[in-house]
Amino acid sequence: MNVPVEFYLVLSTLLFFIGVYGFIVRKNLIGILMSIELILNAVNINFVVFNRFLFPEKLEGYMYGLFVIIVAAAETAVAIAIIINVYRNMKNIDVDSIKELKN
Amino acid sequence: MDYTVLLLAIPFLMFLLLGLVGQKLGPKMAGILGTAGLSVVTVLAYYVAYSYFLNKGLTLNGVLESAVNGDGSWKALTSFNFTWLDLSNANRPDLRIEIGMLFDPISVMMLVVITTVSLMVHIYSIGYMHGEEGFERYYSILSLFSFAMLGLVVATNIFQMYIFWELVGVSSFLLIGFYYKKPSAVKAAKKAFIVTRFADMFFLVGILILSYYTKTFSFEQINGDHAALVHTTMGGLTFMGCSVTAIALTLIFLGGAGKSAMFPFQIWLPDAMEGPTPSSALIHAATMVVAGVYLVARLFPVYFFEATSVLTFIAYVGAFTSLFAALIACTQTDIKRVLAFSTISQIAYMMVALGVSGYASAHEAGLGFTASMWHLFTHAMFKALLFMCAGAIIHAVHSNEMDDMGNMRKYLPITHWTFLIACFAIAGIPPFSGFFSKDEILTAAFESNMIIYVCQAFVAGLTAFYMFRLYFRIFWYNEPTFHHTPHEAPKSMTIPLIVLAAFTCVGGFIPFSEFITAESIGYEIEMNTTIATISVVVALIGIAIATFMYKKQNEWPDKVTAIFKNFYVWAYHRFYIDEVYLFITNKIIFGIICTFIAWFDRHIIDGFMNLLAWTTNLVSDETKEVQSGSVQQYAWVFIMGVVTIVALALYL
Repeated sequence: MNVPVEFYLVLSTLLFFIGVYGFIVRKNLIGILMSIELILNAVNINFVVFNRFLFPEKLEGYMYGLFVIIVAAAETAVAIAIIINVYRNMKNIDVDSIKELKN
Repeated sequence: MDYTVLLLAIPFLMFLLLGLVGQKLGPKMAGILGTAGLSVVTVLAYYVAYSYFLNKGLTLNGVLESAVNGDGSWKALTSFNFTWLDLSNANRPDLRIEIGMLFDPISVMMLVVITTVSLMVHIYSIGYMHGEEGFERYYSILSLFSFAMLGLVVATNIFQMYIFWELVGVSSFLLIGFYYKKPSAVKAAKKAFIVTRFADMFFLVGILILSYYTKTFSFEQINGDHAALVHTTMGGLTFMGCSVTAIALTLIFLGGAGKSAMFPFQIWLPDAMEGPTPSSALIHAATMVVAGVYLVARLFPVYFFEATSVLTFIAYVGAFTSLFAALIACTQTDIKRVLAFSTISQIAYMMVALGVSGYASAHEAGLGFTASMWHLFTHAMFKALLFMCAGAIIHAVHSNEMDDMGNMRKYLPITHWTFLIACFAIAGIPPFSGFFSKDEILTAAFESNMIIYVCQAFVAGLTAFYMFRLYFRIFWYNEPTFHHTPHEAPKSMTIPLIVLAAFTCVGGFIPFSEFITAESIGYEIEMNTTIATISVVVALIGIAIATFMYKKQNEWPDKVTAIFKNFYVWAYHRFYIDEVYLFITNKIIFGIICTFIAWFDRHIIDGFMNLLAWTTNLVSDETKEVQSGSVQQYAWVFIMGVVTIVALALYL
């Protein structure tokens, strides 16, 4: 079974815009974090797909994909830590309520 | 640099010492220190004068320098002259301001005058200012003044003179405002400072014009060789039809007129009497107010050779001022004010003498110059004496008004006799010093200009009249009811009176013409018997009228006043010159010109600035919503931006 390249690209585009939509609309910090993960995954799909279809004999795209997964894991760890601290201080994780540094 | 620098250094250090730690030393110590310091300076000044005039040689920097040139003229010696401020550059290689000490006949003579009077004032003040609040401050300012005045007279260049000129101005301001809790003293201090400062502005402009062309500040170069430098650099130049030299010298004279209280700048001096009496004796009678005369004398060769018309102008200004001030002096009732107007009148005499003077060292030609400096010397002594006597009287009755005095000769015998000597001197009765110097001035005026001579002879009569009016009103007349019996002043106050009275008695016998002449060559003065007789007769008439009117209380003063009623009122109010000044400043300058300028400032200048601020405010109000702080909004804008750019890139 040979899936055409457009299918992959449509999937990653959808994934990317769902992530963007979530980032702008969600008020919950965890939700925003999840949206960022979606965006990163959309990028990952693109890396892998273009590597597979354009330069099958090379590995850079795969390597970048792996690299993004590692960075995303680290980023998630830091972000979760921040969110936990925000929760401890503010008793909620609504993005609009974090205004302590404003003014 | 050698011992002569101490003449300036000691008073300056005294000023710093008494000014900084005077409070800790206490009044007694401050008075003694100040007086001791000035005594040393006085001894030094006398030593300098003795070596210069009598030994004809001055040891400077370890070398004995002759004070006489080969042709027998006096030589100007410089003890040091260092560059204080170097402003030279490629375009103006000579632009540097120097400070130094110059010894020539007039500066050495001034050293003697200043130190003598200043020392007497220092001693006198120990008694007079006893127990006053701010005693230490008073002594430190006196030291500052002595320093500034000595620096002024030994100046080697006109800019140094200007620097010290301002310093005497500021110490005068401080002393007039010494009783700063009294509003009238504060007002008088401000008035004196503003009026003299206003005149100094002309002085500065004059200096700048003169030095712009001659490219030097040095007196030696400007005056040297019959002012040849001024002639070659400025001769023939005109500005709007006037000679540039004449403009520059007139401006410099106006500066001198401000300090010397010549018409129309005379308004500050009578008010300056708000200061302590001894400081009035020092500053506003003997030394600072003659700085203007000294300035003209300093630049005399330039005036004489390059701007004779200005010299004539000076003579007329002097003649008018002397008459004007003498008339006012006849009507005043505050004894210090009488003396103040008398000072103005006598300084104007000196100006007249310079104005009518010639240059050559021969009798009748260069007489005016000698007479002017001589009168400066004798006047300093007897006017300081008069002021100190007035101080002793005020000390005894605690009032400046004549009405609170009378018949005081038995209470204050020493003051009475010294005052009488000074009155004789100022009235011009031989053998007191004033007779000789005034007689030479009258002779000089007679030789050169008949109108001025008649005016000055009349003023001499007026002088005798108002001085003896003062004398009889204080020491004879009817005895008023005193608050307490007046008592003679303490020793510290009477000794200076006696010393100055001695100077007044012998000052006329100094052969001044041997020492001080325009050309620096000594000559013999012959007394013109006719003029001497006329001036003595005029003075005696003045004294006789004063005796008749004021020895005993009688109805004559009132009758005379009634005859000259309007004139008397005018003179009593100083011919309303102060009111004219107030009118000009308040109504014209503040009222009209300043109102317009203020409107322009408030509406046009401020309005433009306000418009800028208002616009900025408005714009920022409208745009501040963009910075909401909400990350999601930023992201939204960012993404829409990216989408737009991509869309444009793809479809355009």
